[in-house]
Amino acid sequence: MSSKRPEHLGPPELFYNETEAKKYTSNSHIIQIQNEMSERALELLALPEGSEGLLLDVGCGSGLSGEVLTEHGHTWIGMDISEHMLELARDHNESEGELILQDMGAGCPFRPGIFDGAISISAIQWLCHANSKAENPKRRLLHFFQTLYGCLSRGSRAVFQFYPENVEQSEFIMQQANQAGFNGGLVVDFPNSTKAKKIYLVLMTGGMQKLPRALTEDEAQSSHIKNIERREVRPNSKYTGRKRHKKF
Amino acid sequence: MKLLTHNFLSSSFLKNVKVGYPLVLRVSKAEVVESEFNPDFTKKMLQKVEYPVLAEAAKVTNIQNLEVPSELPSDWENNEAFLNVAYKLLNCINVVEGELECPETGRKFIIRDSIPNMLANEDEVDS
Repeated sequence: MSSKRPEHLGPPELFYNETEAKKYTSNSHIIQIQNEMSERALELLALPEGSEGLLLDVGCGSGLSGEVLTEHGHTWIGMDISEHMLELARDHNESEGELILQDMGAGCPFRPGIFDGAISISAIQWLCHANSKAENPKRRLLHFFQTLYGCLSRGSRAVFQFYPENVEQSEFIMQQANQAGFNGGLVVDFPNSTKAKKIYLVLMTGGMQKLPRALTEDEAQSSHIKNIERREVRPNSKYTGRKRHKKF
Repeated sequence: MKLLTHNFLSSSFLKNVKVGYPLVLRVSKAEVVESEFNPDFTKKMLQKVEYPVLAEAAKVTNIQNLEVPSELPSDWENNEAFLNVAYKLLNCINVVEGELECPETGRKFIIRDSIPNMLANEDEVDS
């Protein structure tokens, strides 16, 4: 199972070499899923109606998510650590965003308060891995969130779609985000479907707000946001809870 | 890299850098990209932009035939002629080759094939 996770195979700037970057960007299945997740991330940003703004795309890759932002009339700046991915984004006509080569663990290189929101598709889990002795995932995550908080305008949001390996990993990411000043939590769409299930970390600046509702197959029963990442509890059995003996 | 992006970039993620803004821009190759004037975009971005930094960056790129006022006109929101110029500055000048320099540490970041390389070593970063 672990071999299926690219972040286990090495640092992203090496993993997404010319071949992998091209493979990733020309796979129609990946394009469609990236597209849907970007649309959903944008929806979760909950930007006011008709306010095309300036967005940051963290781990923008070859610009698949950026295309969605452009379609919705937003201006965007994308950063990514893979030069090959950025070259694909630059040479791709439909992607109109600005591109910056940067390791998100080193921080967001922007001045304070300029972005109206940030999205990130399938990228943040890369930060949970150390690829050299000098890299400390906890410190890098915290530094990333702190600098992200700094360059977002007050009241704006950052939405990260990601693939956590386990509960501990999503809690670990959330802790660093909280420490950097963000509120928010996970929104899990289609929690009961192995294929459609998607996890979004919705982070908010400027005070507590209610988390957006997750999408479910059965809209009727979803009165609250399901947290599928909660630990599984065994079903009731005949051993569940002990009954006192009659004689007491 | 468009001048809009230069206006937003900062080197404050580096160790011991307080403001890291504006980054000193040096240009060895720039190009003009044709694109249709968008007044809404221009007004929105001008609210975020440090105008003097934009005007200075325009000088550095040395693009001819553009009257760039050194200060933001007081009537900028309704000044169609100025908005046109501002749009060109923000969105139509692309720095292809050049460099950015941190104003506090002198650390240089290379712009190659239109993409600024902001990568720094782990020990240079303030984390």
